Order: sequence, then structure tokens, then C-alpha cells
Amino acid sequence: MRERLVVIGNGMAAGRLVEELLERAPDRYDIVIFGAEPRVNYNRIMLSPVLAGEKRFEDIVVHDEDWYARNGVTLRRGERVVAIDRTAREVTTDSGVRASYDELVIATGSEPVVIPVPGNDLPGVVTFRDLDDVEAMLAAAAIGSRAVVIGGGLLGLEAAAGLAANGMRTSLVHLMPTLMERQLDEQAGILLRQAVESRGIVVHTGANTRAIAGNTRVTGVELDDGRTLEADLVVMAAGIRPNTRLAGGAGIRVDRGVIVDDYLRTSDPHISAIGECVQHRGKCYGLVGPIYDMAASLATRLADGSGVPFRAGDQSTKLKVTGIDLYSAGEFAPAEGRQDIVVNDPARRTYRRVVLDGSRLAGVVLYGDTRDSGWYLDLLKRGTDVAALRETLIFGRSLGDARAEPAA
Amino acid sequence: MNKRDAIATTCAYCGVGCGVRAECGSGGAVRIEGDRDHPANFGRLCVKGAALAETLVADERLLHPQIGGVRASWSMALDLVARRFSETIAMHGPESVAFYVSGQLLTEDYYVANKLMKGFIGSANIDTNSRLCMSASVAGHKRAFGADVVPGVYEDLETADLIVLVGSNLAWCHPVLFQRIAKAREARNGLPRVVNIDPRRTATSEIADLHLAIEPGTDVALFLGLLREIGVAAAIDVGFVGAHTEGAERAQRVADDWTIQAVARRCGLSREDVSRFYDLFVRTEKAVTVYSQGVNQSSAGVDKVNAILNCHLVTNRIGRPGMGPFSVTGQPNAMGGREVGGLANQLAAHMELDNPAHRAIVQSFWSSPRLPTAPGLKAVDLFRAIGDGRVKAVWIMGTNPVDSLPDADAVRGALANCPFVVVSDVVEKNDTTAYAHVLLPAQAWGEKDGTVTNSERRVSRQRGFRGAIGEAMPDWWAVCGVARRMGFAKSFDYGGPASIFREHAALSGVGNHGARAFDISGAARISDLDYQSMRPFRWPWRCGEPANETPKRFFANGTYFTANERARIVETPFREPMSKRTIAAPFILNTGRVRDQWHTMTRTGVAPRLAQHICEPFVEIAPRDAEQLGVEDDGLVRISNARGAIVARARVTEGQRDGSIFAPIHWTDQFASAGRVDALVAPHLDPIAGQPESKASVARVEALRPDWFAFALSRVKPDLSSTDYWALARIAGGFRFELAGFAAMRDWRDYAAELFALTRADRDLMLTMEDRHGGFFRCVASVNGAVVGALYASRKPLTVSRAWLCSALGAVEPMALLAGRPAGAKAESGAQICACHSVGAHTIRDAVAGGCRDVRAVGVATAAGTGCGSCRPEIERILRQAPTQYTPRPAAPAFARQ
Repeated sequence: MRERLVVIGNGMAAGRLVEELLERAPDRYDIVIFGAEPRVNYNRIMLSPVLAGEKRFEDIVVHDEDWYARNGVTLRRGERVVAIDRTAREVTTDSGVRASYDELVIATGSEPVVIPVPGNDLPGVVTFRDLDDVEAMLAAAAIGSRAVVIGGGLLGLEAAAGLAANGMRTSLVHLMPTLMERQLDEQAGILLRQAVESRGIVVHTGANTRAIAGNTRVTGVELDDGRTLEADLVVMAAGIRPNTRLAGGAGIRVDRGVIVDDYLRTSDPHISAIGECVQHRGKCYGLVGPIYDMAASLATRLADGSGVPFRAGDQSTKLKVTGIDLYSAGEFAPAEGRQDIVVNDPARRTYRRVVLDGSRLAGVVLYGDTRDSGWYLDLLKRGTDVAALRETLIFGRSLGDARAEPAA
Repeated sequence: MNKRDAIATTCAYCGVGCGVRAECGSGGAVRIEGDRDHPANFGRLCVKGAALAETLVADERLLHPQIGGVRASWSMALDLVARRFSETIAMHGPESVAFYVSGQLLTEDYYVANKLMKGFIGSANIDTNSRLCMSASVAGHKRAFGADVVPGVYEDLETADLIVLVGSNLAWCHPVLFQRIAKAREARNGLPRVVNIDPRRTATSEIADLHLAIEPGTDVALFLGLLREIGVAAAIDVGFVGAHTEGAERAQRVADDWTIQAVARRCGLSREDVSRFYDLFVRTEKAVTVYSQGVNQSSAGVDKVNAILNCHLVTNRIGRPGMGPFSVTGQPNAMGGREVGGLANQLAAHMELDNPAHRAIVQSFWSSPRLPTAPGLKAVDLFRAIGDGRVKAVWIMGTNPVDSLPDADAVRGALANCPFVVVSDVVEKNDTTAYAHVLLPAQAWGEKDGTVTNSERRVSRQRGFRGAIGEAMPDWWAVCGVARRMGFAKSFDYGGPASIFREHAALSGVGNHGARAFDISGAARISDLDYQSMRPFRWPWRCGEPANETPKRFFANGTYFTANERARIVETPFREPMSKRTIAAPFILNTGRVRDQWHTMTRTGVAPRLAQHICEPFVEIAPRDAEQLGVEDDGLVRISNARGAIVARARVTEGQRDGSIFAPIHWTDQFASAGRVDALVAPHLDPIAGQPESKASVARVEALRPDWFAFALSRVKPDLSSTDYWALARIAGGFRFELAGFAAMRDWRDYAAELFALTRADRDLMLTMEDRHGGFFRCVASVNGAVVGALYASRKPLTVSRAWLCSALGAVEPMALLAGRPAGAKAESGAQICACHSVGAHTIRDAVAGGCRDVRAVGVATAAGTGCGSCRPEIERILRQAPTQYTPRPAAPAFARQ
């Protein structure tokens, strides 16, 4: 009899895990996936193009019905697991369905942070997490009204661009002085802001939201400085938080996220966790690269017990706003031993920054021209010693490997 | 364009005197090619000659006369010159005025300048920059032969079995002669063999079967040893010596002490190498000794010349095919200047100031009111006299003494204090024109019209083929204008260069009857039309004979121009160079030319092609010295002594002897922040010739440690006055710069904005690359979308691909320019080696790595070396350095490797 594998969650981590596992050990497990969303597995990071009207939902589906049938994987969609009985090795869903497991994987992802201000539960306040959110936004846009997006990070910018593309008069409210300040410095932030503003989006930086205005429905966003921005739709895009409720409730060790070891094991040896819900060596991950790495690591262990320890590799991200090419990977925060190399071309609106940690690449930001992203990511993942390339590294693969000629 | 439209003229540069054909197209375009019919070069040209058309630009030209920096008419300017010279002469006598002229003047210009000074002003204070390059040869020739005669002809270089190159980097300084020798060696299975005597290894050494890297200034010892060895080997032509020479015994006694061992020790050579050279010379009858500035520019220059001539005289290897001593001059008309008597110790037409009969001939011929009886001031003394106020008015024509004379800072000081300085030049701004009270625009090459004489006594027409730029006029015209205004109208009434030439030719024949070597009286009656169509001829051309009919060589009959018609074999006791190494100045400083520049770069400096070979002042230093001083290859060094200092790029090379350094002569304040090497050169003179010892001064070397280095490109010439170190060169459509600073840069953007003269808005729009920790900064500046400049800075010497950048300004995307590399990674071609086909060192190395085993194969693969051929020695060097340990095929039976 085959072992029973139960996966809680059907997001990107879960989808990739099952795929990798089937490749390695197609016959080892009977696999059951519980997904809270009533749909098949889709590429969540492509929701922005769906919002912008550049893609349809069908375009971003990863595993369609057929795939589950072909691979003998049971998908129980629209069923939310509400409890784990670790002694009985059994999970229970909100509809009362129970399922036994030999191995359990928690892949419950994260949930959007809803900032704690008055009015944050008014109708018309949405987050940007799943297809339902996208549909809510599109519905609001169809009426042709005003939108305020709170949060000037990747998600907020994509939401704002998508809403503007749908004809909404859109404002973006950001707490910090610079958009995407975790990735960009001031100069790049200015370039990005100009590009965002050129799409008709009004950007308010250094703006703290005091309250969401409205009685029965949202009518605006009140700022600390006393201004009120009128709004029929408010999108909260102020960050994400690992979803640990289920694991915590089952007595599994959690902190900010579900704590796992290098092999993605939780405090219960029969329960693993991957994805945005996880906390590994003190860090939580929100980018798809390390999450795929987790899926691969766990799949090897579940396949034959060997396991490859998880190491976060690809930590790159790309802003998916058509016409704005922005790519970042790695670490950018100032730290001891970190050094910046910056190319800035205000006239042509391109910018690139590489961050070195000693003789290795720690991070890279490309704005306006992201063609070299793969090359940098490779150097980053391999931990290549780039000391000898220092003077030319910033120019990318095609320009960065000059054979030099000493003084005339 | 019809080939027949081409005008035959001669090259503007060295003393080889190559024939050039210039075709003028519509719109002023000029095409230059070697003249296949000219016997100096038979169609060959070197890089500089091939790039002559690129120098025909209006940039930097002096377009109008100026008085006190203000435009003036010619008549105002000439009035003032005549008045001030007349007044000065009236108040202080004729010795208080002087002309300092140039081997770049045409014979006709030279003739009238000499005639005015010596025949009408009555002073011998006319000297020429030829004093700096070949006056030792003049004096040596006169001591030995009784006349300033180069006995041989260029063919001798091809028919000889041995060529001894002494103090001559022929490959770079006289490339066409070098190519003729190289070609002969190919055709004659390695003959002539070549011995190269030079303290440093040069491009010329690449062809040499034996290179003797002698201690600087010890040539006399080497040739005394040769003279002794000739005696020991019983190779003296006793019959010839007895019948046609005098002084042989005394001269040989001086040589007695110079055993091979003594020579080897003093010259810093191995005994084996010295023996090989002596054996070869003794064994090889058909031997030519070619010598140049390394011999002449010495406080013992005349003795060096005679030490060489002695060896040819005692062996009777002179005046016969394939043998003889051969002085090669550095300027296009140094020889013409010698012929007209344009040196302070000559009179005219090979006649002497201290000879009453000669004075009578000249005075009567010129109808001159007064002739000086004593020699005038030679170049270095002339500027000393300006400095101490004895000379109060000077007219400088076609030369740049503030850069080219020794002790150049003192020369600058002298001119700054001189009451009246007139400068005739083709450029408005050089380091000398800055001190002129009156500036006179001279016609440049391609505009002026007259004759020149090359190193083998061949007189050729240099013809104008384009209209003068601005109000530029011929120098003879300006001289005659001043002469007329000084009251000598009757004697300076010439219709053009033809009438001056006829007078010069006639004078050479007066009272001659074979007594004087220089006689071109055969040309005294040629018509203006004949002058226009005159073919090159070699002197002598005596009256009544057709041109080119006399024997090619002098002295074949053993008759010399001395009183007793015997050649003098002169005693030449060895003397050390006058400057001695000291603790404060422990290096011997040698100076010289580079391949693609000429003199002070006023002409070659405008041609982008010529700036690609070497574009910055440099100092060569031996690896051991460099290590001891902490000098890094490509770092900056300061070379200094009590007289002055320069800052230059260090080139650490095995080709340099320990304790010796070399710096090029070309860089001026127009091209570098501190590159005037003559500021360091001691004004030590040969006691007979007055030629300065330009190749053996002493100096110290210090490694400099700039805070930053930078390379920059700019459309326009920026103001660099606030930059500590800079050197600039032309590129197509702009300039390139090497920069360095000794203080930390406060704001690179501000510096770039200043450099490229940007507005605030353009400054803020610059494309920049900044690596604060690594110490790198780069920027590309644009105005209205067009790139105007690029700057590459680093804490260490820059390693950007300069050759590519220079070609890329305005031709590639700004980002590729910033990266210093083309998108798509086209390989960097490297520093330019072949200027004709723009082939770089990397390309050639790649070809060698790809299997090319000789220069010909490299040529087939890359086209390098297939144009003028000047770069072949450098290709040879790359072949030798190739990692495959490839050694070029020995060009001769490998006697040097026995």
C-alpha cells in the first residue's frame, strides 16, 4: 500500500512540490491536496497582468483538471483545512472531511497585511492576493471610479498600474520617501516614480494612512497630514504575513512563520512546511525563487528520504508592469562590508546597481534594461568571486568582460 | 580624379627626402602617395608621410600677422620688424640682432635669410635648429674631407654587405631607408648584415644581427678600438693611406690603449660582442656606417664623427659602391641649410667666414656693404646672448626653441625678457609663439614652393599644390619685405623662388673650379619653366654639365677638399659625456623621437592617425631600476634635475640599460602638463660644433603616486589648467586625454562638468558609473542628445580599451561608451601598431597565436605591415614575444648566434 501524502494549500509552493515529487517518485504516495481557493493551481505572481487585462486566468493556470487526473493527484478545491490531529495523523476540513496522512506538508502561504486603521473593514477595501481580489478590483474598475492603493512596494505598484490600465483614477500612498525603498536607492526611486506618474497615477510618498473614510462603503483615505484622498476602492498592499494559524493551532512550533529545519521539517517529524508560511533560520521568504528551492529540497526528501538541504538561492523579483523594466535580486540593505556600484542614466531612464559583499555579488537592481538579470542571478547563486570584474561588472554580460589595454 | 593632376613634391619631415605625389580633389580633399619616380623612396612612404594629408587642416594655423597679439596687416608687421631691427642695429651694432631659423625652411628662404644677415646686416648671427641635429657631422666632415660632404648615396645601403647603424633608430626616424635595407636583406639572403650600436634596444634593433647596447656616450671608445683592431688585423689600406691621407699614425697612437678588453669595459659590452663587431667590420669591405643623432648630439660629437670616418679612411672604404660613412639628417632641408651657409660659422655656398678669398667672392657677388669676419652665435650661445641682453632683437623662423633647445626653461626665460621677438610660423599657438611681439604667418607644406636637399645630396622641388590658408606667405617673401624696408631693396628684389634659386646656384660656381664640393652652377641659368618642372638632381651639378652626370660619390679618386687634397685622419681621444651621474641625479637621460611624431608635434600633432601609436609622454626605464624605485609600468614618474622637471608615463622595458632612461622630445605645453624634456637637457656643447649633448644629461627618477588616474575623450579641447597631470592627443572628431590628480577628487560630476563645459542641466543628465569604495568613476556627457565627452577615472592606472574608445566617441550607444566596450563583445584590437591599416597589438598577437610565424604571414592575416612597412619591426617584436617561443628566421647567416 502506498504512503499517504497530504498537502495543505494549493499555491505556488504546493504546486511545485507535487510536480517535483512526481518526477522523482511517481508511485510512492497517494497525494491529496486541499486548496482553500475554489480553483486549480495557478501562477499567483501573474495576477498583475490579469488585473492589467494583459492576460486571462486561463493563461496563468499551472495545473489544469486534466493534469491532476493524469497524475492521480486528488485536488480538493474550495476545502479549507481547519485542524490537524498529529496523534491520529489526520486533518479535518471546514466541511468536516477528514484525511489521514503518513506525511503532511503545510503550504498555507501568507496573508496580506491589513493595516490597523479605522475603517479597514469597510466594503470596498480589498487586498491583492488571489483571483477573488482581482475580480473585486476589476468589478470596481468597471464602474469607473477612483482607487487608492496603499503601499509602494512591488505588489502595490502592480496593483496601481493594473487599476490605472483599467481606467481608474488611481493614487498610490506610500509611507516611505522612496518607492520600493528596500530595493532601490533615491535615484532609481525617482526614475520609477516618474514612470509610474507617467501612467496617470498620483504618487504620495512619505504619506501615513490615518483612517479609511466611509460609512457603508469606503469613500476615501485620510492621511496624517489631514488630506483625504477620495476613493471608491482601496487596495491594501502593505506587505504580507506568514499564515501560521493552522500549524500553531496544532501545537507545531511557530514564530513569525512555521519553523523548519534545513530539510523543511517542522517540530513534528511527519509534518513539513514550505512556502511563504515558513520561517527558516530566522527568515521568511516572499519571493518565488527560494520557494521553488524549498519545493525541490522537500521533494527529494519525500521521494527517497535523502534530501538536499534548503538554501535560499534565487531571490530575484521583477516588477510586472508593462513598460517598466525593473528587476532586483539579492540583498540591498546597507551593511558592514557591503559596497555599491551604480550606473545611472537619467537621460535614458535606466539605472543599475550591484551590491558587493566582499568579493561576491550580494544584490542587483536593474531598472530600464533588465536583459542582464540572468547573468547576475547566476553570479549571485554561484557566489562567484567577482573581484577581478569589479570595474566592469556593472555593465552586464555583454559589456562587462572587457579585455583591457593599459595606458597608451 | 585624373592621375596627371598629381603634383610631385617632397615630404615635409625627415632628411630622407621622399618624393610625394599630391592629388587635389574637389572640395580641398588631398590624396597623398609615394612618388614611384623619386629616387629617394621609389614610391614608399612611412606613416608620417602617408598621413601628410591629415595635417592639411586650418585648425591651429596662424592666419594673419599679429602685433602684440592683435591682428595686423603684413605691411604694418613688416614695417615694425624692419624698424625695430634697424633701430637696434643703429644703437647696439649688428651683433645685437639675430635670426634663428630651421631645417624646415626651403633653400630659397634660407638663402635670403642668410644673405640679409651676413651680407647686409653684417652679422653672422644666423643659426639654425640644424645646429641641434647635425652640426657635429658638418664639422667632422670638414675636419676630415675639407668640406661638408656626405660621400655616399642611398643605393650604398642596399649594395653594402654590412651596415653599422650608430646612434640611429632608423626604423622610426628614417623608416623608408630602413625599409630599403630590409627589402635588400630579403632579396640578398640576409645581406647587408646589420650591427646596431645604441644604448637602448629600439625598433631598429629588431633587424640587427648584432645589437651593441653601449654605455651612453662611449662611441668614440668603441671606434678607437675598431681603428686599433683594423691595424692589428693588418686591414689598413697602406697605399691609400700613404697617398691620400694624413695623420693616420697619430690617430692610431691614440687608439693604441683601446684593446677589446678596455673597450668592452668602458662601453659596458661583452668582449665577445665587441670582437664580433670588429671581426665583421674588418672582414667586410663593403661596409657602410650610418650615423645620426646618437652620434651628433654629444659634447664629443665631432670626435665621434671623425672616429667613424677614420675607420673608413684607413680602410679606403669610402667613395666606392656599397661603402662609406653616411650621416643621415633629421630634417627635410638640413642639407639645404648647410649649402646656403645658414649656420653661424659658415658664410655661403660652402665658403668660409674666415677665408678672405671667400669673403671677397661673396661680398662682390652680393654687392654687400659689409660682411662679418668672425663666426656668429651658435644656437645655444645665441639664446644665452638673448638671455643676458647682448642680443636684443631676434627673428625665429619655423622652429620652436622653447621646446627644442637644451635648458629649455632658460630659453623661455630669455625670450620672455627679449625686447623684440619676431616669430614666423604656420601655427598660432606653440610654446614659442607665446613670446612673440610680432607673429608672421608662414606658408605650410603644400603651400610653399622651393627646393630641399636630402641626405644623399639630392635636390628636389618641394611644390605648392594648394592655396595658402589665410594670409600666409612664403618666408623668403617676408625676409625680402623686411630687407627692402631696411634699405636693401635692390639686393632683395626677387620675382619668386626660381630667381633666388638661380642666384644661389650661380654663387656656388663663382671662383669654384672644383675647389669647393658644393657646386650647382649648372642650374644657374635655368628658366622659370625649367625650375617648375625640375627633376630631382644630386649635386654637384657643375656649369656646362648635364644634371646627374658627375660621379655619384665623392672621393672615389682619393682627392679631398683640404689644402693638400689629403683626407685628414683626426686624433680623437675619448672624452666622457660632460654630465656625470650624481647621487641627486643618478640616471643618464637619453632623448629621441617616436615613430609617428615629429619634432614638437605642431604638424603631426593635428593628425589623429599619428596619435594612435604613442599619445603620451613616456619614460623608458630598466626593470631593475624600476623595481628599486617603486616605479610601476604605466605609473607616473617625475624626471628632474636642477634645470627642470617633467612628468611622464613609465614604461618599464628590458630594452633600457640599467642606470639609463629615455624620454621622447616631442611633448610640449600644448600637449602635456609637463612634458618638455629639453628643460632637463644640459646645455653642454661640442667645443667645435657647438652642438648640445642632448642624449646624455643626468636626472633623477621618482615614482609618483597620484590619488587618481583618468582617461577622457572630448569633442573640444578643454581647459586643463586645474588638472595636475594631463596629456592630450588628437582623435577623429576630438581629443583624448590622460589625466591624473594628486589630491582626492571632491566631486567627479563637477569635475566632468568643468572638463566638458556642461550646463547644470547637462551635468545632471550625465550617464554615470560610480563605485565609491572601489574608487571608480565614469561618465558620458551629452548635449542635445549628442555625446560630447567621456571620462574614466580610477585609483589605479586605467585599464580601459583606449583604442576602441577613441573609435567609439559618437559611434556607439552611450552605455557601451561608458562600459568601454562594444555591445556584442567585439574583441579589442589593442594599441595601434599598423597605422596604415589600423591594426592593433591584440589583433596581431591573435594572428600570431593563430599560427602566423613571420611578418609576411601576419600581413596576410591582418594586413598589418603591408602598407608603409614602418611597423614591421614592432610586428617582429610581437613575434619574438609570442608565447610559442617563436624566433624570427635569422635574416643572415647567424654569425651573431655562433
